[in-house]
Amino acid sequence: MFPKGTKRKFSDSGDEPAVGGEDMNQPSSVAVRMLSSYSLQRQALLDMSLIKLQLCHMLVEPNLCRSVLIANTVRQIQEEMTQDGTWQIMTQALSAANAAAQCSAERLVATEVLCRQTEAAQGEQVPKPFPAVGSEGCPAEEEEEVVVEEEEEGEGGVTMSTVSSQAPTTYLPGTFGMDPCWEEETEEDEDSEECGSGSEEGDSDRLVEDSRTAEQVFGTFEIKNPAPSPDPALEELFSDVDASYYDLDTVLTGIQSVPKMGPYDLLESLSSHGPSPLSSSTSCRSDLNELDHIMEIIVGS
Amino acid sequence: MDEEIDTRKINNSFLRDHNYATEADIISTVEFNPTGELLATGDKGGRVVVFQREQESKNQPHRRGEYNVYSTFQSHEPEFDYLKSLEIEEKINKIRWLPQQNAAYFLLSTNDKTVKLWKISERDKRPEGYNLKEEDGRIRDPTTITALRVPVLQPMDLMVEATPRRVFSNAHTYHINSISVNNDYETYMSTDDLRINLWNLEITNQSFNIVDIKPANMEELTEVITAAEFHPNQCNTFVYSSSKGSIRLCDMRASALCDNHSKFFEEPEDPSNRSFFSEIISSISDVKFSHSGRYLMTRDYLTVKVWDLNMESKPLETYQVHDYLRSKLCSLYENDCIFDKFECVWNGSDSVIMTGSYNNFFRMFDRNTKRDVTLEASRENSKPRAILKPRKVCVGGKRRKDEISVDSLDFSKKILHTAWHPSENIIAVAATNNLYIFQDKIN
Repeated sequence: MFPKGTKRKFSDSGDEPAVGGEDMNQPSSVAVRMLSSYSLQRQALLDMSLIKLQLCHMLVEPNLCRSVLIANTVRQIQEEMTQDGTWQIMTQALSAANAAAQCSAERLVATEVLCRQTEAAQGEQVPKPFPAVGSEGCPAEEEEEVVVEEEEEGEGGVTMSTVSSQAPTTYLPGTFGMDPCWEEETEEDEDSEECGSGSEEGDSDRLVEDSRTAEQVFGTFEIKNPAPSPDPALEELFSDVDASYYDLDTVLTGIQSVPKMGPYDLLESLSSHGPSPLSSSTSCRSDLNELDHIMEIIVGS
Repeated sequence: MDEEIDTRKINNSFLRDHNYATEADIISTVEFNPTGELLATGDKGGRVVVFQREQESKNQPHRRGEYNVYSTFQSHEPEFDYLKSLEIEEKINKIRWLPQQNAAYFLLSTNDKTVKLWKISERDKRPEGYNLKEEDGRIRDPTTITALRVPVLQPMDLMVEATPRRVFSNAHTYHINSISVNNDYETYMSTDDLRINLWNLEITNQSFNIVDIKPANMEELTEVITAAEFHPNQCNTFVYSSSKGSIRLCDMRASALCDNHSKFFEEPEDPSNRSFFSEIISSISDVKFSHSGRYLMTRDYLTVKVWDLNMESKPLETYQVHDYLRSKLCSLYENDCIFDKFECVWNGSDSVIMTGSYNNFFRMFDRNTKRDVTLEASRENSKPRAILKPRKVCVGGKRRKDEISVDSLDFSKKILHTAWHPSENIIAVAATNNLYIFQDKIN
């Protein structure tokens, strides 16, 4: 999933535990490794939960109890991550990452490779049609509109709607995948009604897809105001590869191999079901791949 | 326990091999009727199969009342909700019997959206000697009729027919998970994820909403109703359990809408056991009143708890069903097994409780002696009429012969549904698509 062979670099950022850094003394490096392992576990759990929320049966309504329990788990992890400060890093990195990703053709190539690799993984999975976050697959409330709290994101980070109990500066993808599962989207054309996305401003990042379900998935990764130029320090961060990440998953989940599915797999499956994606969607798909990649690196390392 | 295996026979023509388990044959509910004479099972294909206990015969005392198929009918069909573009599964979620008031038997069966009242009756006579038609149904030519006769009832082979008498539909937006008949035998309630409705058995075009936990803003939804039941003796009292591990007891005399509970049962969380999965495993999958009405039993993922209705702060007794799974919660979350909804049952005297587990195991706990046993419902490991051997799961270290290690457990073989005869020691255990009936050994 990640291009192998790139050496890990000692991170300059004070927030990130540097595992294997040479100038750390022994006891604290163990502690740091444990902490980092916990963070990895937590991140893996978060990813798994988000995937579960997004996988809805196309034809039959998913189990509301299960969705609620998974959503609560996601919320709990996010609360913890917010308290840790990890969440802030992630969202800041995401905003820069997207800007960086847009400018770099190399990265687009890399993510194309990623897509092809993940197709193999997807083949192992139980073939289910995914409306992703679609309201079709979820118990609907008739004539109910999603009330999305729109948060203005000054730094151009990912816009996600917040749960009312959270402080305004924290960004939770908590609602993506969740709310549409409980409610029916009645307004297809209005951008502001997209679950978890906030209002759109005619971004070039925005996907043009007729399927509403796809919109909701993409909308969560939407970047409102991309930063103009990439930060060289951040670029350095992005080149880090966390090889331990995929081992963790197999360790954690034990019995079976986790089909490592991220949003880009969903995009592929969606496009195979829906109408042919327009060219802008391909570039956005790469952006999303990149975002996920970045997210995992930043939080994971 | 003496074992009699009563494996369901598949009569449908499209099935060739009894060993091949089609999904439609997966049993989704099991329930004895109030006398224990009948046993009903519902399956994923929307069918109900009713078994009847044979009359005991003096000639064969060891074949003490075996259960045979009495009636089979298609209760629910798959439907399509055009408004939401969704399929409505025909899987029977619950069956509840009504007490018998005449020669016919009545039961309520429900899928995700619709409850139906079925009448099961016997016919062993038929009228013969009509004037206007022949025996085979052809209309007689009136000009050939020269004399009148009175039709006479003649005996015929016993025929059991099931007819739907009431259909209670369009009252639930969410999926129905429970139905419960009231002690007044006039009303019953149906429960979905967010609401509980009260019905009169005679009236199908309206129902009363008595509990509604749907938040105004669905984004704030964090808790759903998982099960509900009427008190066995007090027709005004019922309980409902939630996905957060709490039980609320409500009194319908207090107000029309019972959103405010009379009692709230919840055990404080053990901080040492806290993990990301704490909430999920605390979600209650089943709640059952004892026959006496004094106690309440709840099943969450790893334990069964018995509550005294007079003590809300903590359960009276807690029984570990399969605590060895506590370290496997992440895997069980990943393969969705952590969301399995196990049921639990009382025996007739409320002294023993039973619930299912994985690997076709089921567990019984004796509340008085505090002893427990693990048994297995499987054809391979026990012969018919053989006494069941207790099983043991070994947690770590040395595995003795006959023990099974946690890692060899088959999580696809889960026993979610069990039933206990209302007065005798006869139990019915549903293992995927097979039904096992066990009873006490007689000397």
